[in-house]
Amino acid sequence: MTALGRVVRTTAFKLSAIYFAVFSAFAVAFVLYISYSTNSLLTQQVESTIAAEVMGLAEQGRSGGLPAIFEVVEQRSRQPGASLYLITDVSGRILAGNVSRVPAALLERSGMGPVTVPYQRSAEEGQRMAMVQVLRLPGGFRMLVGRDLGEHEQFRAIVTRALGWAVALMIGLALVSWFFVSRRVLKRIDSVSATTRRIMAGDLSGRLEVTGTGDEFDRLAESLNAMLERIEALLHGLKDVSDNIAHDLKTPLTRLRNRLEAALAGPEDTASYRATVEATIEESDRLIQIFNALLMIARIEAGLPDTAMVEVEAGAILRDVAELYEPLAEEKGIRLTVRSPETIRLKGNRELLGQAVANLVDNAIKHARAGAVETRPVEVTVSAAREGSNVALRVADNGCGIPAGDRERVLQRFVRLEKSRSAPGSGLGLSLVAAVVRLHHGTIELGDAGPGLTVTIRLPAG
Amino acid sequence: MRILVIEDDREAAAYLLKALREAGHVPDHAGDGEAGAAMAEEGRYDVIVVDRMLPKRDGLSIIEDLRKRGDMTPTLVLSALGQVDDRVTGLRAGGDDYLAKPYAFSELLARVEALARRRKPGEVETVYRIGDLEMDRLSHTVSRAGQPVPLQPREFRLLEYLMKHAGQVVTRTMLLENVWDYHFDPQTNVIDVHISRLRAKIDKGFGEPLLHTIRGAGYMIRDGAR
Repeated sequence: MTALGRVVRTTAFKLSAIYFAVFSAFAVAFVLYISYSTNSLLTQQVESTIAAEVMGLAEQGRSGGLPAIFEVVEQRSRQPGASLYLITDVSGRILAGNVSRVPAALLERSGMGPVTVPYQRSAEEGQRMAMVQVLRLPGGFRMLVGRDLGEHEQFRAIVTRALGWAVALMIGLALVSWFFVSRRVLKRIDSVSATTRRIMAGDLSGRLEVTGTGDEFDRLAESLNAMLERIEALLHGLKDVSDNIAHDLKTPLTRLRNRLEAALAGPEDTASYRATVEATIEESDRLIQIFNALLMIARIEAGLPDTAMVEVEAGAILRDVAELYEPLAEEKGIRLTVRSPETIRLKGNRELLGQAVANLVDNAIKHARAGAVETRPVEVTVSAAREGSNVALRVADNGCGIPAGDRERVLQRFVRLEKSRSAPGSGLGLSLVAAVVRLHHGTIELGDAGPGLTVTIRLPAG
Repeated sequence: MRILVIEDDREAAAYLLKALREAGHVPDHAGDGEAGAAMAEEGRYDVIVVDRMLPKRDGLSIIEDLRKRGDMTPTLVLSALGQVDDRVTGLRAGGDDYLAKPYAFSELLARVEALARRRKPGEVETVYRIGDLEMDRLSHTVSRAGQPVPLQPREFRLLEYLMKHAGQVVTRTMLLENVWDYHFDPQTNVIDVHISRLRAKIDKGFGEPLLHTIRGAGYMIRDGAR
């Protein structure tokens, strides 16, 4: 591809070419229209002048006969800027007038409308154009009356020149716009493609330049940057997941394998085989659970169809979950209470919100015991409240809480704080909650219940 | 009972067929969507187990065709997808139950047997009786050996579901789905605690226990004397 070819293929060139073509077409059409209408106006004027002259001369002829016409013609011919006159006899000899030569055939065509013909004023002058009318006079004489079309020609020249200028100006403007578009605008598009190429090459931290003018390029850059942000976050998430899968799934898998190996090496008795198989099934069920949770999070993060989001009532969701967990809490000596004084509707998915709240309650029940003071009853409270345009769903316990520095971290996948590693669970509960909250365009916040942990989910009320 | 298994994974199908045979059923196998549809059309199965993603033909379209022809053979849809929206599309297509892969065979067997039971025609039973345990579904009362047993509404629904499937294994997920209408997997076995509460009310202090735990599978209510 040649350099010229590259230039021709740029959007700047194509845009300029289109501008040029459109503007030129307009300019030409405009000039042609003006010249045509002016031309016909001028022609009309000449025609009526000739008609008036002819009428005047005819008047003279009626009152004074031929001699009077001769006299008037002679007289008028000498005036500066005069019309054209010519009188000939039968043989074509010039008798009077200020025209020395016209096409010979012309004088035979009398009685017709005005026609445009070349003529010469005198032998030394060049040929010019004129509009003339030929009349037949008594006695075989012919008379020609006409007007020089020099003004006409001049006007046409002006129009042609104007057209030339207009086209030149259009080319100039097209070049300027090409320059502007390519330099100022397309340069930014080029920078966008350069940045994206860099990002595709692996530098995920690259971002597009935002100039701060707030124009459409800035808006485009901002949206693309937001998209890049999301992609980067997702990729980081993916990397974390694979790292954590390596860690958290490898452990149970190794345990599984070791157990089977030990059973194979051990005594051949059905009872111990049976015990091993049962333990193996249990372990693999846990693995399946982890995979399902991972899959679920991935699906939620990929988004749900709109039909899955319906109007739900916040209090009902909390009560259903609390009802499910109440016996478990009671068994562990924990008081589980629901506080939802008013009816708050929001748009969401009952199943997913229920699962999110269930995970939080599950966590609270699991961890509230740790660090609880003997004398204080352990309590878990779930509540719903309106906060401005939001609905706040809160799960609070009075257990040991989470240190402020760890609160962000526990929302990530597989993160389990050291002291809870021994408790059962996939480490995916809170990240699933976070994914559900994101799907509902809400926020999640971990706070201090003093003592204990408060998890607040804020969702837009419907 | 006759069960049609439409599943393209040979190993999974072989295992499933063997296990179903061992459970006393008569399973047939179809390896792709077209063969499966042809066999399903014969209409001689009590339950059809169909994988969603099959070669040659989508599993859901087979069910849709059956339903269009008025064939209401219960179907269990198997899928590797298994999330909220997938389950909804599966059930909307006419599937009766939905099970996500990987699944435990005990879960599949329990569901298949529950589906076959659902099909049995006849009037709606208003009173369930297992041994000396009696449930009146109209007056919402339960009694054991003539003594009234007071139950919370959810306990009533739990017992109702168990009694409806008396003599069959009912898994924890089935209970969670049918009694609580949740399709997720609670991290702790909350269902077990509900069951032990229910057990304390209907079994404790009476002679023969009726509510049994089936290890590695779920629960079953049955008359021990039978």
